[in-house]
Amino acid sequence: MAKIIVDDIEVEVPPEYTLLQACEAAGAEIPRFCFHERLSIAGNCRMCLVEVKGGPPKPQASCAMNVRDLRPGPNGEPPVVLTKSPMVKKAREGVMEFLLINHPLDCPICDQGGECDLQDQAMAYGVDTSRYAENKRAVEDKYIGPLIKTSMTRCIQCTRCVRFTTEVAGVAELGAIGRGEDMEITTYLEAAMSSELQGNVADLCPVGALTQRPYEFHARPWELVKTESVDVMDAVGSNIRVDTRGREVMRVLPRLNEEVNEEWISDKTRYIWDGLKTQRLDRPYVRVGGRLKQASWPEAFAAIAAKVKGVPGNRIGGLVGDLASVEEAFALKTLLGALGSANIDCRQDGVKLDPALGRATYVFNATIAGIEQADALLIIGSNPRLEASVMNARIRKRWLAGNFPIGLIGEHVDLTYPYDYLGAGSDTLLDLVGDGTFATTLKNAQRPLILIGQGALSRPDGAAILALAGRLAVSVGAVKEGWNGFSVLHTAASRVGALDIGAVPGEGGLDAVALTNPGGADVIFALGADEIDIAPGAFVVYLGTHGDRGAHRADVILPGAAYTEKSGTYVNTEGRVQITNRAGFPPGEAREDWAVLRALSDVLGKRLPFDTLGQLRAALYAAHPHLARLDHVEPADAAAVLALAGMGGSPERAPFRSAVSDFYLTNPITRASAVMAECSALARARLQAAAE
Amino acid sequence: MSVRRLAPKEVQPESFAFTAENLAWAESTIAKYPAGRQASAVIPLLMRAQEQAGGWVSEPAMRYIGDMLGMAPIRVYEVATFYTQFQLQPVGTRAHIQVCGTTPCMLKGAGDLIKVCQRRIHADPFHLSENGEFSWEEVECAGTCTNAPMIQVFKDVYEDLTPEDLEKILDAFARGETPTPGPQNGRKSSEPVTGLRVLTSPELYDGSVVGTGAGLALAREAIAARANGATAAAAPAPAKPPVAEAVKAAGNADAEKPAKPVAPPPGGQAAGKTAD
Repeated sequence: MAKIIVDDIEVEVPPEYTLLQACEAAGAEIPRFCFHERLSIAGNCRMCLVEVKGGPPKPQASCAMNVRDLRPGPNGEPPVVLTKSPMVKKAREGVMEFLLINHPLDCPICDQGGECDLQDQAMAYGVDTSRYAENKRAVEDKYIGPLIKTSMTRCIQCTRCVRFTTEVAGVAELGAIGRGEDMEITTYLEAAMSSELQGNVADLCPVGALTQRPYEFHARPWELVKTESVDVMDAVGSNIRVDTRGREVMRVLPRLNEEVNEEWISDKTRYIWDGLKTQRLDRPYVRVGGRLKQASWPEAFAAIAAKVKGVPGNRIGGLVGDLASVEEAFALKTLLGALGSANIDCRQDGVKLDPALGRATYVFNATIAGIEQADALLIIGSNPRLEASVMNARIRKRWLAGNFPIGLIGEHVDLTYPYDYLGAGSDTLLDLVGDGTFATTLKNAQRPLILIGQGALSRPDGAAILALAGRLAVSVGAVKEGWNGFSVLHTAASRVGALDIGAVPGEGGLDAVALTNPGGADVIFALGADEIDIAPGAFVVYLGTHGDRGAHRADVILPGAAYTEKSGTYVNTEGRVQITNRAGFPPGEAREDWAVLRALSDVLGKRLPFDTLGQLRAALYAAHPHLARLDHVEPADAAAVLALAGMGGSPERAPFRSAVSDFYLTNPITRASAVMAECSALARARLQAAAE
Repeated sequence: MSVRRLAPKEVQPESFAFTAENLAWAESTIAKYPAGRQASAVIPLLMRAQEQAGGWVSEPAMRYIGDMLGMAPIRVYEVATFYTQFQLQPVGTRAHIQVCGTTPCMLKGAGDLIKVCQRRIHADPFHLSENGEFSWEEVECAGTCTNAPMIQVFKDVYEDLTPEDLEKILDAFARGETPTPGPQNGRKSSEPVTGLRVLTSPELYDGSVVGTGAGLALAREAIAARANGATAAAAPAPAKPPVAEAVKAAGNADAEKPAKPVAPPPGGQAAGKTAD
């Protein structure tokens, strides 16, 4: 630890701290444009200048100088940093004046206005007049994709975007061409960026040079109501902030959570909001004579009651979709139980995970933050770049730190970091359990991480693969005191929560495949189940938000609330319990899903024992206490993995396929989004070009 | 300096590849850097690609070099646009004239050279002449200020130019010849244009004073003289070596110009001070 005096406050900080960090530790605020905690240090904006004693006698860029670079005084006094001296103020004013020489005065038409670092800092360090009479520089705008709009004249060349795409996103696509005042940010030949995390560059941009194209000229930050929520586009559970104006969602921004998404979110999370406005189900429908007709709530409920009446409980089934919250899954399970049915399943893709085997067999035991402690990684049947983009950035971060061998069994794809390609399918996994060089690597590691994707588990032999992965995890020592590296990566936001409450077939119950096969059930309640085809014959009650696959198959449609329109519990892939908050009301006559189920239960004569969300949660927490601990990962008992390892089964030889083939179109909301459709088309074209 | 852009698509070649000879050279260049640092070779490789492709770097060449060094194409693009020695537009097939316009050359008449270029090649820099054989640009200091004004053509420099000399050089290039590089007024490298003034005694070069201690004796004498307060003897007028005609002309021209305040020769000054 080194002592340093910042503005008369003596602090003790690690010597490798930068002066900027030391100043922040002492409570001094340092303005900055190019510096960012999660990116490499560039030191090119010069806004963070401070005065130092014990170093060079000129203003120093505090982001680029370490505490250990400063000398103590002649009698061993700690080095001194001044952040508010006249010299510092003058130096920063000079920097600001230079920045503003070429920065356009178009704040009134700039989307960054109101949340612009340059605007804010000009309030502190700007001068009210310009001494610059010459023409300002103008820069041609670049096309860098459908998500990011550029106004390159506003660019102050901080290069945060270049560093983000290269370091965090792992695709070297943005670059700074030219030099001096002619330096420009662009992609190679102005190609669209391909990263799934590119939206973050708009957040990083301290000025309005890179802004979000779908949000272009839509709203001003001060007219937006900000609601903290959780994302459901994948199973990572990224923390988000939903900005609304009236009842319209205007944009989605990331929220800091070091344990989950740091401060990044994927493009699917960010640009989904136009899908929340289109294709919405805003009133109930009933199929009459083969066509869906608008109906009132009582009519719809009456149609359901008429159908359910006389159907035995074991001919009724329920499907829990990928975006359902724990509350509505719990309500559906309770309702089906009251109707005498054990036919409920949340595993639309037929994945062979079973809560009966123990919680540790279906969650990401290592935790997302735990990836940074791991020292070897084996990926089985997964493409984390598409299935959990933000987590993939975490894996890349760990790989950048060095000493992180990565092996992959499955599709040979670009994950933004190099890996040993071990093989395509289960025979490679079998080899690995026996022996193999990568098994040795895993054995030598202190904290090996085995990442199992849904692609490997949703096959008919998924149970055998799961057991095999468990055996491998145990044999290489991935499951031990203080570390459980057996980690299942989910793709559906609802899945872990639904498994936690046991939304799987009970005694003698039918699973999703059996339910949806011809003759599987007479009545099926589909809770936002859009990723599964239900055979003709069954009477389908679809409770969901979008006119998508599920609604087309439905006989009765009940309009529900999307994740931004309700308070719902979601459990992410690591088992972290998080809650979304209502940012707006559902459209038209749509209601929150649990309330719809509660009302329906009344009509069916099986009234659910809760009248408010609070009562529902009380019942839920009584049955599953761990769901009450928000933002907490309940560690799962590792004994389940040991038991799993003892199970047999013979896997087939077919190669593993990733569960996500099109990153941009994975659920009904994405399929309703025009922005996602454009991105998807671009990604397909890129794939085709690469194949040629 | 101005914004530099890649040449339009129509001008870009289909592909680029090093010749066998250049490929071998490139591999040896890459091998100079430690493993994992191959990207350090990007500047020499771009330069060689530029030489091979007739003086400019094409877009396929950047991709080719990026592939060769394991770099993203944008990284090569950044380097190629940063350094102005890389031409991004096609240049004249016979010669690309780089006229130095920095202060010494400017004072010695670079403006006239530029006028010649504008008249004979194109009014604007970086544009091909009508027959595509020539192009020109103004560059910053190329480091031969003593021989100002100068031009650079690919790897050769032509110094001590007059507009007439430049015309002759352009004519020679147009005929397909390569004019002799170096000073065009006959002087040797950057020797004084008025001839040598020091180390001119012929005996210094015939070996007659080697080992005689003549220099030491002279120096001792001089020191003793200074100690005695006597005025140092004026340096003997240097024996003039044979001067080329052009140099003579330049010297005469200097002599004809209005007299400027000239620093007195060092010996004289010392003498003056001692006298005071």
